[in-house]
Order: sequence, then C-alpha cells, then structure tokens
Amino acid sequence: MSGSSARLLAASALVLLAGTAPAGEIPTAERRSGYDFMSRETRTMQDDDTANPGMLGVLEGGTLWARKTGAAGRACADCHGDGRASMKGVAARYPAFDVTLKRPVNLEQRINLCRTERQQAPPLVYESRELLALTAYVARQSRGLPIDIAVDPSLQPFLDNGRAAFYRRQGQLNLACYQCHDENWGKRLAGNPIPQAHPTGYPVYRLEWQSLGSLQRRLRGCLTGIRAAPYEYGAPELVELELFLMWRARGMAIESPGVRP
Amino acid sequence: MANALVNVPPRARRGEIIEIKTLISHPMETGYRRSQLGTPIPRDIIRLFVCTYNGTEIFRAELHPAIAANPFFVFSTVATESGTLAFQWTGDNGFSATESAAITVD
Repeated sequence: MSGSSARLLAASALVLLAGTAPAGEIPTAERRSGYDFMSRETRTMQDDDTANPGMLGVLEGGTLWARKTGAAGRACADCHGDGRASMKGVAARYPAFDVTLKRPVNLEQRINLCRTERQQAPPLVYESRELLALTAYVARQSRGLPIDIAVDPSLQPFLDNGRAAFYRRQGQLNLACYQCHDENWGKRLAGNPIPQAHPTGYPVYRLEWQSLGSLQRRLRGCLTGIRAAPYEYGAPELVELELFLMWRARGMAIESPGVRP
Repeated sequence: MANALVNVPPRARRGEIIEIKTLISHPMETGYRRSQLGTPIPRDIIRLFVCTYNGTEIFRAELHPAIAANPFFVFSTVATESGTLAFQWTGDNGFSATESAAITVD
C-alpha cells in the first residue's frame, strides 16, 4: 500500500468516526438537485409559474386551505391563518418527530393528522388530488429555503433505519438505492440520467405521470423498478427512507412544486 | 371546478406584440386506455379553446386525444386597445371553464 492511499484510508476512518460522511456519500460540494439533470425545456417549465403544472395543485390547495370541513367545521386557515406566511419553512423540516405517535411523520401524514384531530374529518387518501394539492400548497411556501432536518436523539433511530434501507440490497435485481444514486449518478439508465435522489421538489409534477405525485409514489416506483415488493403508502419504512433522503439533502433549496421528466 | 392559470401582461404599448400564456387543469383522458379490470375508460378531453380580445376572437385551438394533461398554450397578439381578454375552454361531459384578464394599453 502506498503512503498516499494509507493516508486517505486514515482520513476516511477519521471521518467515519466523526459520523459526518458515511463511506460513499456524495460530498456536499458535488450534490446536485434533479433539476440540474433536466433538459432546458423542462427547467424552463419548472421556473415559470404559469407553465409549471404543479402550480395548478398549489392553486387548488389554496382553495382547500380556506374551506371549512369535517365535524369541527374548521378550515386550515382558522388555526394557521394565511398559509403563505404561517407555512413558510415547514416543508423544509419534514418528516419530523411526532411526540404523540413517537415516530416521524411526513407532510402528508401531518396534514391528515390535522384533519382527523382538529377538523374531525376523514383522512385524505394518499395520492388523492386533495392531499397532493394541500401538500403542494404547503411545500410551495418553503421554495428557496434550505432543507433543515433537526436530528435529535428521538429521531436518530429512525434516521438510522432509513440509512440502512438506502444501503440495503433488495428485490430480485438485488440492488440498493446507493448503487444508482451514490455511485452511478450522472450516468444513464434506459436513456435517462440517473439523479442523486435529493427530494428537493416534492410533491413534483412528473411529466410521465401527467400529474402531481408524492415522494412515496417515487420511492414505490423505484422499488418496483428493482423488482422489490413496494411498501404500502404511509408505511413507516417509507417515512424513514424519506427522512434519510431529506437529511441527506440537508441545506439544499426546496423547489416545490418541481417538474420532473 | 377547473383551475386555470393565465398570464397576460397588465400593461402594454399600443402596437406592441404581447405574449399570452394559459394553463388549465384537465386530465385529458384519451378514451383509448383501459382500466385494470379491462373496461375502456371513456374519453374526457377539452375539445376547444377560444380567446377573445374585447369580444373579437384572436385565437382558437381544437384539441384532440393524445394532447397531454393540463394543456398549456402560449400565443401572441398585438395590443390594440385597453380592455379584457377572455378565455374559454369547452370539452367532453359538459366541461366548460372561463377566465379573463384585463390589459391597459397606453
């Protein structure tokens, strides 16, 4: 072993001990949003609020925000006021630890907890138009703000589970997330660039879907792609993976609602 | 209820060419697909989009299956006078949506 590689090994061992950058993680300076891998046309579409179809969801979400619903007869706005001010930065902090449930919840689950507990309304179905619209409306208010997942001891085990899932080979193709998104990003898979899997723009308007979709829809798509049985919507495993991905993208700017090919 | 986003410059000089952008929420179901149970999904598309400028038609588009969901139109016109641009989308199953935008021409 040459001297330089020995030093490199020693340095990486130190970094591992410090717990800041696990082996294989993309260095902060090289992290890129999926936006950077898109064509100029798709980027223009995302940047123009009149051309970005995700804004239709935001528009609808704004209407739902003010609509009274449930047995309590309350609207989101009755507690939270003007969402454009009160929801600023919220999406950048999710998934977040819920003290009552003693586990992390994502933005969709938080909205549904509000619905069942405060509005006494039935929870919205995952990927339903209404839930995506409300999520898009809330996420839109964090556009441009850095992702900020506050890891405390209560959240740590869930983050570790998410990390383990990211590095675990699974499915009939026996692939782990990191093999594409850490080791082979920028290369092409079936003609499309492999992004780094930073969830900066969710819920995204995906041109392939012709609709808005959540991060969990994307993750389930990836799981099916590696021939693994996808977890159900809202499954704790998916939330843990979401948590890890958001933590992995910490400091990157929220783009919601993003447009993806 | 349909959501529509319309982008018209609020002010323009007389004779100036202005760009108009419209985006409307619609599934644009082609009628060629089948559900997971094999039953055909009936067609549900926008058939016609018309834009009028103070009552005069300036742009018209006929839409067909295979046009993507949430149709987006960009077109231009000459700003001739102050007034209203009215937009109307009509389609299958009695779909109808209208939107308007005011423009001031100096």
